[in-house]
Amino acid sequence: MSTLQITDLQVSVDTEDGPKEILKGVTLTIDSGETHAIMGPNGSGKSTLAYSIAGHPKYTITGGSVTLDGEDVLAMSVDERARAGLFLAMQYPVEVPGVSVANFLRTAKTAIDGEAPKLRTWVKDVNGALEKLNLDSSFSARSVNEGFSGGEKKRHEIAQLELLDPKVAILDETDSGLDIDALKVVSEGVNRFREREGKGVLLITHYTRILRYIQPDRVHVFVDGKVAESGGPELADKLEAEGYESYLSVAP
Amino acid sequence: MTVTADARDAVASALEVDHVESHLHPVSSFDLADHPMPTGREEIWRFTPLKRLAGALDDAPGDTDALTVETIGDASYVVGTLAPGQHPRGASLVPDDRASALACLHAPEAVHVRVPADAELDEPIGHRLTGAAGKRSHRHTVIEAGTHSRATYVLDHRGSGVHAGNVEVVVGDGADLTVVTLQDWDDDAVHVGTHEAVVGRDARYRHIAVTFGGSVVRTSSNVHYAGPGGDAELLGLYFADAGQHFEHRLFVDHNAPRTKSNVVYKGALQGERARTVWIGNVLIRKVAEGIETYEENRNLVLTDGCQADSVPNLEIETGEIEGAGHASATARFDDEQLFYLRSRGVSDEESRRLVLHGFFQDLIRKIGLPELEEKLTAAVEDELARNVAGKQL
Ligand SMILES: Nc1ncnc2c1ncn2[C@@H]1O[C@H](COP(=O)(O)OP(=O)(O)OP(=O)(O)O)[C@@H](O)[C@H]1O
Ligand SMILES: [Mg+2]
Repeated sequence: MSTLQITDLQVSVDTEDGPKEILKGVTLTIDSGETHAIMGPNGSGKSTLAYSIAGHPKYTITGGSVTLDGEDVLAMSVDERARAGLFLAMQYPVEVPGVSVANFLRTAKTAIDGEAPKLRTWVKDVNGALEKLNLDSSFSARSVNEGFSGGEKKRHEIAQLELLDPKVAILDETDSGLDIDALKVVSEGVNRFREREGKGVLLITHYTRILRYIQPDRVHVFVDGKVAESGGPELADKLEAEGYESYLSVAP
Repeated sequence: MTVTADARDAVASALEVDHVESHLHPVSSFDLADHPMPTGREEIWRFTPLKRLAGALDDAPGDTDALTVETIGDASYVVGTLAPGQHPRGASLVPDDRASALACLHAPEAVHVRVPADAELDEPIGHRLTGAAGKRSHRHTVIEAGTHSRATYVLDHRGSGVHAGNVEVVVGDGADLTVVTLQDWDDDAVHVGTHEAVVGRDARYRHIAVTFGGSVVRTSSNVHYAGPGGDAELLGLYFADAGQHFEHRLFVDHNAPRTKSNVVYKGALQGERARTVWIGNVLIRKVAEGIETYEENRNLVLTDGCQADSVPNLEIETGEIEGAGHASATARFDDEQLFYLRSRGVSDEESRRLVLHGFFQDLIRKIGLPELEEKLTAAVEDELARNVAGKQL
């Protein structure tokens, strides 16, 4: 059982003209076994929400709270949050030249589990995870994300999700830039994760397309740094038909 | 990290400036009188902390027992000694600074290493030099790689003292020679050195410099060609801690057509007054049509109080070339890389170590000598463990 609870979260970034408020009070509760989709137009603050939960230093929390199973996430360092069970699949995964995928995965797994994985099963697990995401086993030897195509980067994120096995996964536009085959492969990966006991997923997306493969329990419309409307899966259908216009016109 | 110039820009800008007499045409001479004691204002000395050279530039013979010499690998390739002017001594190296002239002058017997024509050596050969504290030494080594031979020569410097060393390399036509120079000195050592290679027709020369230790280490690694088709690769890796001055000067003189050069130096700096200097000089002479050159220097600055100077300098006298470019960048840790690693549970310290490891790994992979690669990886890990750990950056 795990619960990610976001309460009245307010976040700003530093700009040349002083701090700029981006999240204006976000409240969301993701219980274990639940998948929540957050949909919203460009610039509405979706990535800001994801990065703030993960602890990116660029963002300043100005109010509200985030807890995971009652623990204060905002008081934790970035790596403590990950070890506590949070995982962020990034919209733009970062290249780390000279660090092989194999080294990276083993280091991360060791950090999260607090002990090195058993060598024999681990190599098999890694190759299996890569293979299921249609990544050639030669990816193990390549530098992290360096020279990966956009789609390969996203599939690599989901391979990490499966291997690191967090409690709650935040997926920031994992679907964007994927062709339909890659979208299916990625969705299957996320669904395999969801089938595990008690996992929560916060799926951030721009398009309803991925929701045909990953059925959300709840859908939230995100506009101008807040949740403008929440509902069941049917809300996605409404967005598919009508877009965000009705929300934008009421926004100041 | 930014690339300061791509190939085309570099060529274009170099062609725009009128050709002026520059330090790329140094005065080469065995006569010490042609190399007066520098004041520090000279172009070739302006980065060097002359006061800390501890007599390295004084005209006085070295001390006895200043250097303990061990042979690495098969000693049968060390064939004897060479007096000044005794061929092939002087075939490649004519001193172009005072330190080099002194090493010639005060090393009447140069060590002669000769790899016979067509010989292919599977194991590295070389010398390990251990300097004695408070003593001055001079050394001149001549390495001759016969035509179509293949070999690796390792020069391993450790210990203490003040050392002026010349390495003179003659790479025969079609030969493939790798020279590795390790500067693993104690923290108080002073080392000034010139490595000059002449690369034969269709020959391949690789020079790998690794500097981890010493108070002041200044090496000038130069290459010129004896005919067309020669290929030179100059790689360097350094890690300067507090108070250390590591200066790597490179000069590739493309004096023959269709020759190639590739220079890649990478360094990390940390601690108060850690200082590195990289000078990458490339001269493309009028005759050097169809050549290809690229040089790159990257520095990673780990703490405040360090300084990395990086000066690429491309002088082009002909536009009829395949390509010429350079890149130079000095950066701090990339916050996005650290965030990415930490978001996977990896601690701040371990993330820094991974990024640094990766920074050097790119270069270490290029070396192509498995044993040395392993040693270097271990040495880098060692530096990182010693220095990055326990220090809140
Ligand atoms: N350093 C900054 N200075 C000024 N504004 C910023 C800065 N960083 C982010 N913003 C603004 O914050 C807002 C939210 O950005 P965010 O990346 O969270 O949006 P998003 O919903 O993820 O958009 P997208 O769908 O394009 O990924 C945007 O308007 C963006 O321009
Ligand atoms: Mg976004």
